[in-house]
Amino acid sequence: MISVKKMVLDVLKPHQPNAVEFSKAIARVGSDYSVHLTVLEMDENTETVQIEISAMAIDFAAIQSCISDMAGSLHSIDEVIVDSEADVDG
Amino acid sequence: MHVLNEIRFLLHITSSRDIVRRYFVVNGFDGALTMLGLITGFSLSTAADLSVIINACLGAAIALGMSGLSSAYISEAAERKRALTKLECAMVTDLKSSAHGEASRRVPWIIALVNGLSPLIISLLILLPLWLANAGLPLPLSPLYSAIVIALLLVFLLGVFLGRIADISWFRSGLEALLIAMVTATLIYLFAG
Repeated sequence: MISVKKMVLDVLKPHQPNAVEFSKAIARVGSDYSVHLTVLEMDENTETVQIEISAMAIDFAAIQSCISDMAGSLHSIDEVIVDSEADVDG
Repeated sequence: MHVLNEIRFLLHITSSRDIVRRYFVVNGFDGALTMLGLITGFSLSTAADLSVIINACLGAAIALGMSGLSSAYISEAAERKRALTKLECAMVTDLKSSAHGEASRRVPWIIALVNGLSPLIISLLILLPLWLANAGLPLPLSPLYSAIVIALLLVFLLGVFLGRIADISWFRSGLEALLIAMVTATLIYLFAG
């Protein structure tokens, strides 16, 4: 089984929801998600943020949907860590 | 609880909490002073049938509610649409299905409801003694004077609310609001009496 363990995303978002609310919304996507958000750039209406997400298995589609629900726009995937684990059949 | 949290979130991301609070106080004040004016006017006139007074005041209360609802909706819908378009230009993306798009559709209704219900509910509370008297319930004061007392009390409470927001003495803020109501009643006595 292949699972995404870590992702670093470059996202453009409005000032509201703020960084805390934005990170919390992403963390709520899964039960073991760890989110590290860094504001890289800020202008009058928007801010560019780098979001680092770590979990046992990141659901990228759900993350994308959460980002667009919060009015964010995913610009690029800057880093990914993927692990391959052998399936254990009983 | 979930609905309340959602409303709180939508008001937060559009920075509309202040607007809701302002509309609540401004239009609540409108409702209280309008009812105070009408009832003071009736108390100075030749004794009218209680049902006539109730209908006149109820008509004014409903008109205030509808006016608050429609005016706030029209202006807020335009403001929210403008804000969303500005944000969409900055984000270079369609935000209609995002939280901001949701907010631009719902927040005007939330603000309109507050703006419409605030004067309506305050007016109905002021009219309560008139209804009770009309239903045959005994009151410690005459129905018109009871209604005036409730109007003054509600104006005082609106002042207290403002004092709590501004983090100043709630008693002083309440008294200031009460003073405005007293001046209004005095002017009506002077010109109508």
